[in-house]
Amino acid sequence: MNSTQEKPKILAAQIKLLERLSNACAVSGDEGAVRKIVLEQIKYYADQINTDALGNVLAIKHGRGRNRPKVMLAAHMDEVGFILIHDEGGGLYRFNIAGGIDTRNLAGKQVLVGPEEAPGLIGTSPIHLTSASDKKNGVPLNNLRIDIGPGNTGKFKIGTRAAFATRFSRLGPSLRGKALDDRVGVASLIALLQHAPENIDLMAAFTVQEEVGLRGAKVAAHTFNPDMGIALDCTPSLDMPAWDGRENVLYRSKIGLGPAIYVGDGSTLSDPRLISLLRKTGDEENIPYQLRQPGLGGTDAGAIHLSRAGIPAVSVSVPGRYLHTPASLIRLKDWQNSVALIHAALTRITLELLKSPR
Amino acid sequence: MEDTKTLLTALTAVPGLSGHESLIRKQLTDLWEPLTDELHTSPIGSLHGLKKGSSPVPRPSILIATHMDAIGLMVSGIEDGLLRVTNIGGIDNRVLPGLTVTIHSQSGDLPGLVVLPPAHTLPEDQKTSTVDLKYLFVDTGLLPREVSSKIQIGDLVTFSLEAMDLGDGYLTAPAIDNRASVAALTEALKILQTRKHRWDVWAAATVQEEVGLYGAQTTGFDLRPSLAVVIDVTFGSGPGAAGYETLDMDKGPSFDIGPSTHPKLYEAFIRFAAKQEIPFQRYAYPRSSGTDADKLQISAEGVITMIISIPIRYMHTPVELVQVRDIQRTARLIAGFIEQLDDDFLESLKWEEETGGAR
Repeated sequence: MNSTQEKPKILAAQIKLLERLSNACAVSGDEGAVRKIVLEQIKYYADQINTDALGNVLAIKHGRGRNRPKVMLAAHMDEVGFILIHDEGGGLYRFNIAGGIDTRNLAGKQVLVGPEEAPGLIGTSPIHLTSASDKKNGVPLNNLRIDIGPGNTGKFKIGTRAAFATRFSRLGPSLRGKALDDRVGVASLIALLQHAPENIDLMAAFTVQEEVGLRGAKVAAHTFNPDMGIALDCTPSLDMPAWDGRENVLYRSKIGLGPAIYVGDGSTLSDPRLISLLRKTGDEENIPYQLRQPGLGGTDAGAIHLSRAGIPAVSVSVPGRYLHTPASLIRLKDWQNSVALIHAALTRITLELLKSPR
Repeated sequence: MEDTKTLLTALTAVPGLSGHESLIRKQLTDLWEPLTDELHTSPIGSLHGLKKGSSPVPRPSILIATHMDAIGLMVSGIEDGLLRVTNIGGIDNRVLPGLTVTIHSQSGDLPGLVVLPPAHTLPEDQKTSTVDLKYLFVDTGLLPREVSSKIQIGDLVTFSLEAMDLGDGYLTAPAIDNRASVAALTEALKILQTRKHRWDVWAAATVQEEVGLYGAQTTGFDLRPSLAVVIDVTFGSGPGAAGYETLDMDKGPSFDIGPSTHPKLYEAFIRFAAKQEIPFQRYAYPRSSGTDADKLQISAEGVITMIISIPIRYMHTPVELVQVRDIQRTARLIAGFIEQLDDDFLESLKWEEETGGAR
């Protein structure tokens, strides 16, 4: 058995890599910093590596033998963040949001601006000078500014991206970082590519612009033309207790319960054959998993399944709390189980899987 | 400038929430020990350092008071492994969601994160607006049983953002209010090491300013200074703060005039600053200054007080922003003013009727 046939493991080295990936700034449309790390990590592990017109990294690791299914795995490199839209002078910039961020998370946070990751901050009026109604209403986006310091007047041009500054850290059984959505998927995909099962052709798409409309995955799936696709993402766990003690039944997913298999979301109804493959794999391998509650939201699977004449697709996500805020939180165990589940499922994939009608 | 920046960075890195100032006091004790002749701690925790003057005893004394406490949070409950918190001082709920914090527990410092619960778990009036503190959680990432064994109600929670250097003298950090002033006082003490001064100088780092100016009230009683200068921060103009209530950063400290400011001491500072060509600004407050001066001036039989303020942006947020040059200007001003105090200065502060009308 050669090294690539061993099961991928998520240990100290992989956590270290996730730290680098999470700390890197790659707001949608400006994914270069993460792409650089990805290319460095997969260099020796793929048979073909290509960066396409949008900036997706497309890598193929061929298996052995005949009738190999072509399986596309997608993880998005981009993160939610900010784009500077107006220079007010004095180091102050108006900005807009790339992707979905609840603006109530913005005031009082540090940010990193531009490719050089220059320090900046988002302040707000002093509480002493703020009316009760303004305090209650919160600060609308058009009243917030990114402040890079009066000494840096005019340093950045309109269109420069900025990201949350939160550094990655380990919190007991959990991992905390600004961009675990979806750097955890990127780190998983790197590990899977480095340990690609030989029964398939693994087509790894490190995609761009997921947070602004699944754009990278759309063209990546077209280029790859795979038999099926799996999106590796990070899914919201809205699993906190309700204020009045009611049972929280709309949690989407819960951290600590294992990878979340998507049944359906706002972008696709997952292919049932792939759902049952994943569930069967989890049951047989004793890998915990959960079904993500159907509802809104979308992953790269939504773009993959509409590519060309249609491609069977599903999402498997690491459950994460507080996604799209300055710091999200996942359980290490959930990440490990996600990688284990996907790897085990990949080894079971044959072309027969898709012979029966959906 | 680098020395002051390094000092301020170090001062903002140490916790010291109101009523729990022991760590910052320890740091200041180490810093002030070589700069003063005597150091003692008041019964409620304020640090008093004396640098003796050269006048014959009984010497007049000037107190420079800066509060060392900072605003923060305290654990008030635990639910499903998540923490509920309450505020210490004037916390702005708008800046809390998404904020990284440190929980100071008996098992050591633990990282945490203030989080906005999902809308469907909140009452109707909290779903889209600023969420009241009582509905927010702090997540430590630990499992519920670990949380119960490590964290207690009453554990302190501080903002854990590290200082960031924005260049050209601008520094952002939590607790710039009021460590900027503590830094100015410390720098003034350093300058005084090589200067002769006739008056005794009391340096005070007061406690519990953010919850009611309590440290200053008791320090004034304890030290009975001939006069007192309070250094605090004030509103710098910037996003969300403009107009007459604000002052510009990098144009020097402000001299604040209002009921807690002795008008003659105020004029004396203005004359001195003008003579020394140290830039300064003026700020008028109609009722309360909101600083230690309000309580200092009414301690014991009353104290002559004066307020010097350093303009900062984003006060009471974790990203307070200060210009280090304003701290250095304040230090030069304080040290220089002390140096030129002579034995007759108190006479010059007497009210008109005491001096028979005109001076």
